[in-house]
Amino acid sequence: MAETAASGPGMPQLDVTTFSNQIFWLIVTLVVLYYIMSRVALPRVAAVLADRRGTITSDIAAAEEFKLKAQQAEEAYNKALTDARAEAGRIVDAAKAEMQAELDVQLAKADAEIAAKSAESERRIRDIRDSAMDMVSDVSKDVTSDILNVFGAKADGRSVTAAVNARLKGDA
Amino acid sequence: MAGENGGLEIRPMDQFEVKALFGGDVSWYTPTNVTLWMALTVVAASVLMIYGARGRALVPSRAQSAAEMTYGFIYNMVKDVAGHDAVRFFPHVFTLFMFVLFANLLGLIPFAFTTTSHIAVTAVLAFTVFLSVTALGFILNGTKFLGLFWVSSAPLALRPVLALIELISYFARPISHSIRLAGAMMAGHAVAKVFAGFAGALGAAFFVPVLAVTALYALELLVAVIQAYVFTILTCVYLKDALHPSH
Repeated sequence: MAETAASGPGMPQLDVTTFSNQIFWLIVTLVVLYYIMSRVALPRVAAVLADRRGTITSDIAAAEEFKLKAQQAEEAYNKALTDARAEAGRIVDAAKAEMQAELDVQLAKADAEIAAKSAESERRIRDIRDSAMDMVSDVSKDVTSDILNVFGAKADGRSVTAAVNARLKGDA
Repeated sequence: MAGENGGLEIRPMDQFEVKALFGGDVSWYTPTNVTLWMALTVVAASVLMIYGARGRALVPSRAQSAAEMTYGFIYNMVKDVAGHDAVRFFPHVFTLFMFVLFANLLGLIPFAFTTTSHIAVTAVLAFTVFLSVTALGFILNGTKFLGLFWVSSAPLALRPVLALIELISYFARPISHSIRLAGAMMAGHAVAKVFAGFAGALGAAFFVPVLAVTALYALELLVAVIQAYVFTILTCVYLKDALHPSH
């Protein structure tokens, strides 16, 4: 076989003389490759892959946490908004009530003033009317006395006064 | 290469000759082209897996990504085909895959020597797998490993016949395992060489075989990867039988 392989056509694969050489170097190669792969290459790649998986997992957990925080923040914001609205409503109500009270006080004061003014006016009107009545009775007495004097009738002041008063009362 | 002989004398098998690197006879320890290309295989595998992944980056570079994908590809293959308890043999399977893959790919470089085209090499690989898997089967399962050949789901009368068939197919495994790889590699390279020889002989029509060689080269690239894949996945299948011999 060695002759045929060396002499030309034929299959070098079947040249048994080279088998020991190939097998020897194959075993050396496989052992070296196995040690390089199993001791150096594969642990490194495995570490990188595990590292990445760990990072991704923790990143996802962190993202989950941030999402939760964001939700909490939104809830807090909404709550604050509701509280602020309620507070504003309360303030508006209080202001309204205060203004109403003030208004009531002012109204009452104004009413009292108006009542006082009208009472004063009524009193003065009564006074004026009274004085006018007095004057009317005085003038009537004087006129009556004068008329009686003109007609020559004698009349004392007292009876004239009584007559005039009776007459005025009757008219009034 | 054919041209140096003139005419149509094409010597497609010359490329497979084992030659001493520094002249002289080939004895068992002589550094030969086998030594050189196997060493380059180790270097190429190490470059991808160590130099490529040297950054150890969280976001990998292209080379690191390739190393990680190779790792993941074989790791998942071992896990899916042979089961979770086979993961402890992952470094062994990975070594086999890297050796076959890079030996095949480096062999495609023009004027390269394809170590996996030699039946001596693939037979050692296949018998290593066969013997270790068989030994493992007996160590882990004892005589229950023989249940692999006794198909308990078949009718009782058929079982001895099936056992014989199973036994023959079991011992045929390393042969088909090794010849498949060596045959695919050798055939592709020999055909490429024949076409290349035509290119020298055809003169003006040289572009026809050149196109054919180009297409063949693409096919061979595919075959190189697929044969490495097939060799590895069959190893995983055999490993599965050793770990779980029941059908």
